[in-house]
Parts: sequence; C-alpha cells; structure tokens
Amino acid sequence: MHPAASIIVFTTLSGAGYGLVFWLGIAAAGGWLRGDRGFGAAALGLALVAVTAGLLASTFHLGRPERAWRAVSQWRSSWLSREGVASLATYIPIGLFAWGWVVRGSTGGFSGACALLAAAGAAATVVCTAHIYRSLEPIAAWSNAWVPANYLALAAMTGALWLTALAAIFAVDATAAAWLAIAAILVAAGLKLGYWRHIDRAPGISTAESATGLGSIGRVRLFEAPHTSENYLLKEMGFRVARKHARKLRRIAAALAFALPLLLMLSVLALDDWPRLVAALAAALLGTGGVLIERWLFFAEAKHTVTLYYGAARA
Amino acid sequence: MTSLPANPGAKRLGLVIDLDTCVGCHACAVHCKEWNSGGIAGPLTDLDPYDTEPDGVWFNRVHSFEVGEGAAGRTVHFPRSCLHCAEPACVTVCPTGASYKRAEDGIVLVNEALCIGCKLCSWACPYGAREFDGNEGVMKKCTLCIDRIYNETLDPADRVPACVATCPVSARHFGDLGDPQSEVSRLVAERGGYDLMPELGYAPTNKYLPPRRRCDTAIAAELPDAAPAGGFLGWLDRLLSG
Repeated sequence: MHPAASIIVFTTLSGAGYGLVFWLGIAAAGGWLRGDRGFGAAALGLALVAVTAGLLASTFHLGRPERAWRAVSQWRSSWLSREGVASLATYIPIGLFAWGWVVRGSTGGFSGACALLAAAGAAATVVCTAHIYRSLEPIAAWSNAWVPANYLALAAMTGALWLTALAAIFAVDATAAAWLAIAAILVAAGLKLGYWRHIDRAPGISTAESATGLGSIGRVRLFEAPHTSENYLLKEMGFRVARKHARKLRRIAAALAFALPLLLMLSVLALDDWPRLVAALAAALLGTGGVLIERWLFFAEAKHTVTLYYGAARA
Repeated sequence: MTSLPANPGAKRLGLVIDLDTCVGCHACAVHCKEWNSGGIAGPLTDLDPYDTEPDGVWFNRVHSFEVGEGAAGRTVHFPRSCLHCAEPACVTVCPTGASYKRAEDGIVLVNEALCIGCKLCSWACPYGAREFDGNEGVMKKCTLCIDRIYNETLDPADRVPACVATCPVSARHFGDLGDPQSEVSRLVAERGGYDLMPELGYAPTNKYLPPRRRCDTAIAAELPDAAPAGGFLGWLDRLLSG
C-alpha cells in the first residue's frame, strides 16, 4: 500500500497525543497526578496540538477536504466515521479536564471524572483508527488482531515517553513516568515483533488462481497487463517495499522506537537534573521517529489483493 | 446511508463474463470509457493522455493471463470490472454516505456530490473496481450503465451496459442473477459459473464462466512424417526414397 505521508504523520502524532491524554486521564482519575497548572497546561496543550495537527494532516490526503465534515455521518457502518466521531467527542472531556486542572487547579472530583472520560475517549479513538485497517479484508497484513493491539500499544508507548519528558521538564515524578514508559516499551516491542512474525508467516489466503478462478487449469501468471503505464490502482495499492529494505527498516524502527528509548528510560531512572532531562527528551523524540518509520513500513509492507491481477502470486 | 439495505430486493442485476469466448480485444473497455465519459459518472478523467505516462479512470480493464504449463497451457483474456457484490465492504467503509448499494436491483453506486475522496472504498475492494479521479477529487466506479439499462429513450435492445452491447463475440451477458430462471442464471448453472475470490466473503453478483476443456486428441506430441502408400505422393515418396 502507498505510504501517504499525511496518514503516517496523522496516525503517529494523534497516537502519541491520545496516549498522553490516556495516561494523564488515568493518573488524574486515580489521584496520582502531581504537578501544577503549568504542567497541566503544557501536557494537555501538547496533547491537543498533536491530536489536532494529526487530524488536520489526515484531511490533506482527501480529494475534497472541504467536505470532510460529512465523514462523521456514517458511524453505524464505517470505522473511519466512528474515528471522526470519537476524536471530536473526546475534545469535550479533554477541554473540561484542562479547564479543571489549569483554570481551577483541581484534578479530582468533576475534573477527575472528565479525565477518566478523556482517557476512555482517547483509547476509543485509537481503537477506531486501528479498526479502519483491521476491517480491510483485501489486505492480509492489516486484517488481523495484531493491528489494534499494536496501534494501542504504540500510542500508549509514545504517550508515556512524552509524559516522561514533560515530567522531567517540570521536575514532577519522572521516575514513576519512566517506569510506566519502560513497561509500555516492553509491551509495544513484544506486540510489534509478534505482528512482524505474523505477517511473515501469513502472507494472505488469496492467490492469482482464486482471483481469476482459473486454478483448475493450472498456475496463473500475468501475460499482458491491461495498460502500459501505472494507473491509480498500481500507484495506490501496488506499492511494496523491497524485502531486503524492509528487513533493514524493521531493525532501524525497532532500534529507534524500542531499544534506544528503553536504554534512555533506564538512564532517566539513574540520572538527575539536566542529564535526566536530555535523556527523557531524546527518548520521546527517538521513540516518535521510530514509530514514524514503523508506520511507513505498516503501509509499505502491506499487500493488496488487486496486485494478484497484476502479476502477484499471493496476497 | 452506507449500511447495506436491510431488505434487499430479489433482483440482482449483474454481468456474466465468458472466459471461453473472450478474445481480449478491449472493445468492452473502450465502449465503457466512451459511454461513461458522457454519462452520469463522467468525465472519466485522463491525465497526460498524450504523454509517456498516461493515467486515466477506466471502469473496465482487460488482463491477459497464461494458465497451465506446456502443451496444456493456454492464454485466458480476463475482463475485470465492478462485481456489484452482495456484501460490498466498499460501501460499509464509506464515512460520508457517498457509496451505496441500491435495494431495488443491487447496483453499487457512488454519489459524487457526497464523496470526500478518502479512497478507503478502493482499499476495501479486493477486485480493484474503484478508480480515483485525481482531477475531480472523487472516487468513480462502474454504474452497470444505469443510465442505459433504464433509459427509455433508447431502443429496448440497447438497454444493456455498453460493455455488453459492444462485445463482438458475446462474451458478456447482462441480466438478473437473483432470478434463478433468468437467462444469465441458467447460463451460470449450465457452464459452472463461479465467483472471484470467494474466500473473502464479498459474495460478488457478477459471475465468470470458465474456459471449456480443450479436446486433447487434436494435438499430438509430434507430427508424424508423411508416408503415403499410393497415388502421386506415394510414387514421389518411392522415387525420392530410392
């Protein structure tokens, strides 16, 4: 599948933003949230900027962005529509949580309830995003249960890394946040490796034979394509990264998204003052960069069944 | 409304494509392009049509495949267009309600005035039936020539999709696949018509008829030398052998 920059940026940024909202919401509802109004303004402000920038980026790939508002109408059947509804609805509890924390200086009571709703809305939005891909039967790499688990885990991981960076900047409980991030990295890394193993072992159930129905005669291979230059189908769905590059990019993504942030989080536990701050900020940046590469691969490695009509043997 | 019709009618209009007779001439694709460029889905935009990398919207594409090995191998021409599935995920994934399946005849259409061009429907179609019009910013697809089949200003004989009307070998048949007594349904039953990628569960309406079995006795592995026993050729054979 063609890795559109707007969608990669959107899912990475909004994932990190919702991950941050999720952890802040859980912490507030559980009564563990420390930090003054400045921390609240910075943390929820950053989350809102990331989520909003992501949503705006997602409209860049539309053919008719001015009609984007129509996309909230079909929530009964469409995960894309549900994602739109969930993301817009989640602004309300985030706004009330921010008002309670930043303006009124309270993260308990009504604020805490709104924080919990914000966390639920953030998780629901990420689940909807993942199910847009999960529901696409023609793409075996996406149509499996690893996809929602990975989207949730990577959002939680980047959110926890950003939370640790903010906690280090505002000198509040960075140790607790770092432990949270370590746990999130381990879970996300495990799920990502599981996903890669799964897509390597389950390359899809459709073949050139089932796509044409000609398998009873023998093996089917393309003799002549319908057109001489690339069409929309090949540009949009024929994109596939070379296997050797995919291997290398997986290693780079794993190093940036998991290995380096894990080491940096361990050093956050050991360090103090500005070295701790540098380690925490570096982990957030590297982790987000790693997820960007992971998301690029998520598209580039996915193979659509339409390629079976253009020479692919299995998808 | 992108939910599928709660009470779909019995009528399921679609095509039956005979892979035994298709000669791969692309006339169906060309007539489709011609009719629909001026029809309700038009224009079917072409970008750089006279350049080295032309790219345009077509509702019908003809692929050619090599099938089988050696002497048993054959070339099969394979027209590919929207199958107007009974379970079209292209419709249910649509976030705006632009894509819909008609309850009365099962035709899958796009209301271009509602389409935001998110392209998700084209991802959801396993068969590559939908093509994005980059110029208009909306998704386009086969309409089963809805502006021909119900067009009372046309001669009744012409009220079939353009691809069917134009096929020089009658490899394309149009009719109601929901009616087991219709000509197309009987053709499917007689010839063992089948669904494409049934494993994905889209339940396509369109059916394909397999190439007929070839008569194997017609081709011997090696042609024997001519050795006529009598007549002029026999005399010539004896003369040259001597």
